[in-house]
Amino acid sequence: MGQPEGDGVENFAVVGQSVFRKDGHQKVTGQALHVGNIEMPGMLHVAVLRSPYAHARIVRVDKSKAENLPGVAAVLTGADIAKMPGVDPYFGPAFRDQPILAVDKVCYVGDPVIAVAARDKRTAEDALQLVEVEYDPLPAVLDVLASIRPESPLVHEQHRPAKAFADLAHVKAGQQSNICYHFKLRTGDVDRAFAEADQVFEDTFSSPPAQHMPLEPHVTLVYLDENQRVNVWSASQTPSYVRTELSQTFGIPMNRIRVRIPYLGGGYGAKLYAKLEPLVTALALITKKPVRYALTREEEFLTITKHKVIAKIKSAVKNGVITARKCQVYWDTGAYAEIGPRIVHKSGYTSAGPYRIPNVWIDSYCVYTNHVPAGAFRGFGVPQVIWAYDSQMDIIARAIGADPFEFRMKHALEEGEKFATGTPVRSFGVKQSIQEAADAVGWSRPRPAQGGTKLRGRGIAAGVKAVLTPSISGAIVMMNADGTVNVLSSTVEMGQGSETMMGQIVAEELGVSFDQVHVVQPDTDITPYDTITAGSRSTYHMGNAVRLAAAKVKAELFQVVAKKLEVNADDLVASGGRIYVGGSEERGLTISQAFLAKFGSLGTTLTAEAVCQPEAIPMDPETGQSEKCTEYWFPSATSVEVEIDPETGRVQLLQFYSVGDTGTAINPRHCEQQLLGSAITHLGLSLFEEMIFDEGQLVNGSLLDYQVASIKDLPETIRPIIVQVPHESGPFGAKGVGETGTLTVSAAIANAIHDAIGIRIRDLPITPEKVLRGLAERRGEVLPKDDAR
Amino acid sequence: MKQEITLRINGRDENVTVEDADTLLEVLRDRFKLWSVREGCGVGACGTCTVLMDGRPVSSCFLLAVRAVGKEILTIEGLSEGEHLHDIQEAFVNHRALQCAYCTPGFVLAVKALLEEMPHPSDEQIREYLSGNLCRCGGYSDILRAVRAAEEKMQPG
Repeated sequence: MGQPEGDGVENFAVVGQSVFRKDGHQKVTGQALHVGNIEMPGMLHVAVLRSPYAHARIVRVDKSKAENLPGVAAVLTGADIAKMPGVDPYFGPAFRDQPILAVDKVCYVGDPVIAVAARDKRTAEDALQLVEVEYDPLPAVLDVLASIRPESPLVHEQHRPAKAFADLAHVKAGQQSNICYHFKLRTGDVDRAFAEADQVFEDTFSSPPAQHMPLEPHVTLVYLDENQRVNVWSASQTPSYVRTELSQTFGIPMNRIRVRIPYLGGGYGAKLYAKLEPLVTALALITKKPVRYALTREEEFLTITKHKVIAKIKSAVKNGVITARKCQVYWDTGAYAEIGPRIVHKSGYTSAGPYRIPNVWIDSYCVYTNHVPAGAFRGFGVPQVIWAYDSQMDIIARAIGADPFEFRMKHALEEGEKFATGTPVRSFGVKQSIQEAADAVGWSRPRPAQGGTKLRGRGIAAGVKAVLTPSISGAIVMMNADGTVNVLSSTVEMGQGSETMMGQIVAEELGVSFDQVHVVQPDTDITPYDTITAGSRSTYHMGNAVRLAAAKVKAELFQVVAKKLEVNADDLVASGGRIYVGGSEERGLTISQAFLAKFGSLGTTLTAEAVCQPEAIPMDPETGQSEKCTEYWFPSATSVEVEIDPETGRVQLLQFYSVGDTGTAINPRHCEQQLLGSAITHLGLSLFEEMIFDEGQLVNGSLLDYQVASIKDLPETIRPIIVQVPHESGPFGAKGVGETGTLTVSAAIANAIHDAIGIRIRDLPITPEKVLRGLAERRGEVLPKDDAR
Repeated sequence: MKQEITLRINGRDENVTVEDADTLLEVLRDRFKLWSVREGCGVGACGTCTVLMDGRPVSSCFLLAVRAVGKEILTIEGLSEGEHLHDIQEAFVNHRALQCAYCTPGFVLAVKALLEEMPHPSDEQIREYLSGNLCRCGGYSDILRAVRAAEEKMQPG
């Protein structure tokens, strides 16, 4: 992608400055708009009856009593939806496998079966009590490794690809298997390397299903306007996709659907693709009334999860160097594939790590089970594979007597070397990140003093994520005659500071002040297509789109000024709200003067659109090889010092450093905030978060029973460190940072625990119980088994 | 059963007819449109719906509206005057102690109660006091800094 001239990290007015966020005032006063604040006259509320079975046929439904309850507007079943003319009762971004409401069978405990729309929530809930549903239970598959066996019961008889995204074009229709997607990578001669190895290391690591826990649960409001157009207000990270999905599901032209997204009370991947929108749209179409459905926290637990992953990793070592690695990664995607195949692909191909390993073999499987569907979770599956490979990096280093830091540095890929996919890496600050992490925690200093009976240790971990490629961001920049600017973008502001980032980039490009730029919130009637607000892609993709659109507006203004002043447009600069000849500021016009010169009228606008659409070269389906599998990489490293109480098994973090290569930091303070915030969330995921199931039934599905990190879990010393390796085609050299801090937390903590007490934990979360069991085993004792699991 | 009660909300007496089972959260949102009060978990475990009752933080999702009769209820709408932010709010903005900000009203009110109860809390006391308020964006270190800045501003010397 071409860059306007004059680039350099220095000499920027707004980019690189830690300006305050645009939405601070309205948020701190509690006045920011959320979907839950929007009310419509006659609005109906929704309650949903959910399956008590992990897998069962629906034999009979009797809803007549519920329908006769005063205040009830509709009682809807999957069979009713299937009868709506032109409606596809199934939706989904990878496979159209998820019913809006269960059609003939239920596939997990919590699967929506009946929906009631009524004048208030209590009436809707009362109506559910009057519905009778008879089920015929089917054998369920509740274990990801059991599910792949040929004799296992099938969750779905057929897999129907959705064709919604270009990067999923290779997903194929399948049947007679619970594996809905299988990614393969083959490079070098793995068998030979294992045969010739000095040592072979084989380990299995697991990560549990977990909750995103945005404090604002999913909420969607749909109404038909005076033109009978479908209007959607939703807490979603994907306005463009929601419109496409509703159009395909209901057979409604795209310009008869309007999706608007106000501020999100957190997303973290939970609010991607379609969730409540198809159901609420069906209810609005049937009742002809505004309908709002707000999930309870308990329903949130039954809607989407982080993938449970079992990763088997086998590495060959010869002369102190890793010569081969074989990874088998099994992803429990639950009852509906959702975006599982994309995760299994994009994260699967990084399973061997950012290291120089000549022979690599990867199998990554997306597996249906009768569990709650799993989807994208901040990090998009990469934390689960780094948990495996960077725990094993330490295992290998310790076993061969190498320093874990030096062992990583020795293997980390250098600029231009090929990743396991065959793609040469660019802007790849992995070694810089490892070095910063090691320096911060004082790696070269002697081991920390032991604190009495408590034992201390240090750990480091590194890893990398590749941005989703291809993907698309479109933007429109509209300059007003007074020099103010409106930016039209479908990027969703969910706390990450995207409005601020776009404001900085556009202000920089147009030479106006940051305060003069207004970013319009996503509205599919006016904001162009964007693939997704996720995956650490918005700063790069939408940042490039708004910058290029702004550059087009600027070029047009330059033409006007050049003509008016009879100067060469190439000599002009835009700065401080003026356009003038570089070096002689007096030879120029204000933006208002330039507008008057062009239009001769007040209130005019100058508008340009741009699209950022990086391409990838499709991978070979058998070997996973591609000369370009991704547009950019974002490296991460974490270092920690822990203190362990051998009496209680409690792990305390004394020091915690989160390092990320962000490229040029558009807003350094916000980049640091992204690193730390995602790291702290992942600290909870590493130490205690886990959704526990018993025969498919979630046991701890409320915030009383499911613990997340609070301020008490904040480590005593915690610091973000940004490494800035500029990207040649990023906006001002920027990459992405939303997920970086999540990537390497778990492995760093486990490595530090091993350093402290010599115990290797291979199953997340690292609970005190697991630490105590490890210590007991080392003493030769056997603790009683926990029957609760 | 329906009954008419008087609630004192943000310094004004308000008459409202409620059901016995109505929570304070439901009444504040649905009847008085105080949208800063938000439900996060429904079981009093996340602090998102925090309001102050006679100066003490309570989870409004877990409190019946009838139990709030005769008490002073403060929501974030009653904290700042016009465009002028309260010192704690200003500290939250300046120290970037908000991201998605769904938790922010609850945090700001909890910090107000904290600093009124303990004008110079230790780090340990801050952590203990605020441990019932969750921030899933993970902004706890920014929030700690904001508390210290607010403390300084509100209690010079």
